[in-house]
Amino acid sequence: MKKEWLARGIVVLGLAIAVVIPTVGWWEQKQGMVVHAHMAETGGWSPEYLTAEVGKPLHLQLTSDDVTHGFAVGQLDQPAVDVVPGEMTDVTLVFDKPGKYTFYCTRWCSVNHWRMRGTIEVTGPEAANELVKPPLYVTLGLDIDADHQASVIPEEKPAAWRGALLDREIPDKYWDGEYYLSQTPVDLWLALRSEPSLDDLSDQEVWDLMAWVWKSNTTPEELQTGQEIFSANCAACHGENGAGDGVFAGQLADSSGDSESRHITGTQTQRPANFTDPTHMLSTSPAHLQGKIIRGGMGTGMPYWGAIFTEDQVWALVAYLWTFQFDMEAQP
Amino acid sequence: MTRMQEIPWVEKIPLHEQEVQIQERLQRPGRLNLYQLTWLRPLIESRWPQLILRVATLSGFVFTIAVGLFGSLVGSHNFAIIFVWIAWWTALKLVFIPFGGRSWCSICPIPLPGDWLQQGGVYQPGQHRFGMNLRWPKRFRGSWIQSGAFLLIGLFSAVTLTSPQVTGWVLLAIFGLAMGLSLVFEKRSFCTYLCPIGGFSGMYAQTSPVEVRIIEKDVCIQHDVKSCYQACPWGLYPVAFQDSSACGLCMECLRACPSDNLALNLRPFGTDLGRPKLSSRLDESFLALVMLGSVVTFAAVFIGPWGWLKSAAFEVGSLPWIGYALAYLVLNLLLLPAIFFAAVWTGEKLSTKNFSLKRAISTQAQVLLPLGLMAWIAFTVSFVLPKLHLVVSVLNDPFGWGWQLLGLNEINRMASILGISASLQVGLLLVGFFWSVSVSRKISTQNSKKPQRLNLPVVAFNLLFTLAMLWLLVG
Repeated sequence: MKKEWLARGIVVLGLAIAVVIPTVGWWEQKQGMVVHAHMAETGGWSPEYLTAEVGKPLHLQLTSDDVTHGFAVGQLDQPAVDVVPGEMTDVTLVFDKPGKYTFYCTRWCSVNHWRMRGTIEVTGPEAANELVKPPLYVTLGLDIDADHQASVIPEEKPAAWRGALLDREIPDKYWDGEYYLSQTPVDLWLALRSEPSLDDLSDQEVWDLMAWVWKSNTTPEELQTGQEIFSANCAACHGENGAGDGVFAGQLADSSGDSESRHITGTQTQRPANFTDPTHMLSTSPAHLQGKIIRGGMGTGMPYWGAIFTEDQVWALVAYLWTFQFDMEAQP
Repeated sequence: MTRMQEIPWVEKIPLHEQEVQIQERLQRPGRLNLYQLTWLRPLIESRWPQLILRVATLSGFVFTIAVGLFGSLVGSHNFAIIFVWIAWWTALKLVFIPFGGRSWCSICPIPLPGDWLQQGGVYQPGQHRFGMNLRWPKRFRGSWIQSGAFLLIGLFSAVTLTSPQVTGWVLLAIFGLAMGLSLVFEKRSFCTYLCPIGGFSGMYAQTSPVEVRIIEKDVCIQHDVKSCYQACPWGLYPVAFQDSSACGLCMECLRACPSDNLALNLRPFGTDLGRPKLSSRLDESFLALVMLGSVVTFAAVFIGPWGWLKSAAFEVGSLPWIGYALAYLVLNLLLLPAIFFAAVWTGEKLSTKNFSLKRAISTQAQVLLPLGLMAWIAFTVSFVLPKLHLVVSVLNDPFGWGWQLLGLNEINRMASILGISASLQVGLLLVGFFWSVSVSRKISTQNSKKPQRLNLPVVAFNLLFTLAMLWLLVG
């Protein structure tokens, strides 16, 4: 009978071990901050609201329950990390300013990829005493939803280097950075066309001059930054070459197609903007593009990026968008 | 299969036939009684080693259920998926069954709680304690329900094999069912009549090189207590063993026999095969065909290049899945049985004039066993080898919760093994084919004056099956 009780003890002990290990592990798991990533269609980030304190490190364990996602925090100088199904990625974040931060997915996980966003509320001593400067499109009072069409367009893609080779005198006011931000390429072309000193140039040559002036507002480094942001965040819908034909473009535009995604968005999405279309782009100012990027397309399917990109990043992106219209190289 | 409740020689077979069979069996050469090896005997005689193994598998089983239900949703990183469907399922088909027959049954954790309830103990088999102790209904005997259970697994396999939560629930359900049935029916009724793995192992155990058998029949006949039958948790009487399909290798009869008249024999592979069957039951033939149909289907779904087939099998309840389910059932319930029955019928017609078709089918179905076993092994090799590294990775982090039990950050994939894998699969399938041909020859030379004619149709069936598997796995 002693043996019988010993045997029963061993069975119970074995069962206890089998139950205790997962329970303890589960408890420890609850202590840490684990963020699960799902495609937006099945819930996005969980939890999607986190809190932190200024200066105190926030440790996160990230894991995906479906496909590979990415994790980055907007306005924060922290490289994006991959969130791989079934694996844990450890991230430590430190915030030096209070406020609301947006964390978001950096991998094109599904057509509603950009909806995978969450908030980190960072509290601190000097909460919200900084004055927020409104963005330029607000200051200028632009209606960024209004229809706009270029009255003139060039015959071929204007090239900044051809404009530079013409070596013509251009009034100082057009070189001004403020002028660039608030005017459209058509505005500048019309202004240059009406300059008596440039009367001898053909329309195409004036376009080249225009591109030359436009290029002076950016640098190769800025264009590089803009390109990186575009590839990571915009090309999924707008396409790598800006033609509005990214991998998700078809699903966004197909009104009969993915009813599930529309059920979530509650809106009718449109085809992504085509940056290679001159009638559209040449009648747009940098401030207008900035507005579209930070505010989003309001029901068109274009997300808002104001919570994610810094102002410099937005301007770099705008600068890069012009490369779809103009040859911005210094030499042929 | 031979169970005490349905021993054909007790019910039907004339005494002189029994005598002949038992004599034949006893005189068969090539046996090594492992129970007489001095170093092995204590390990079998004592219940402790087996009990410790069963406790280990029981703990692992409960742990697996917990991980399946609460761990990572990602199958490839969840211990439950990898351990059940990669590690254990592979070990079963590559080691336990081919080399040990029903040896897994001897350490299976599923009946342990039921045994405890029924017998009032886990170490010392006591008297009957709890439960109604009913006989299993006669009309549900045989392996029909096991075939059905296996078909059910096949219908939902794509989901069960990839979703940890479904795997967790399935294991829990099996556990509950086994425990519940132990309170209603006597002994190992769940294992004998319901467990699909029991059906699978039991059938292929006939090819394995292990058997429990009596040594001297006269000793048994004169022993009026029949301690071996009293001790057997399965309710089997070893004197009646004609093949190894029913015996769970629990060793209780060896421990119980006062005359040391039982042997755990090492024997040549496939010893049970090639005998003319005396019964005309078709349940085992049907189970053998279901195993063939299932392995073909699984190879097509899991190894084949057809994405639409995979998604059809995965989207349970959808229209494509219903199509998949119908095709799977038609293949197993109609197509394969019809082709096989036609092959047997043709063979018999060509060679003899008077025959019982049922009996012929039940005899000829033995050739399907080596064929099916080797096909399952080949499928397992192709399915599992590329995934073996996952076994290490889920040991490191069973729940997918970021644990580092083994301190491994990166687990290297073993891609290079794939090259050998293809030729290994071809070899395994060929072994299966020629082995089944030799069983077929053995049957036909005993049975007919024109053995070649009896042989040909069934061999053609086997060839067709082997070619289909070759095409699916390596073609």
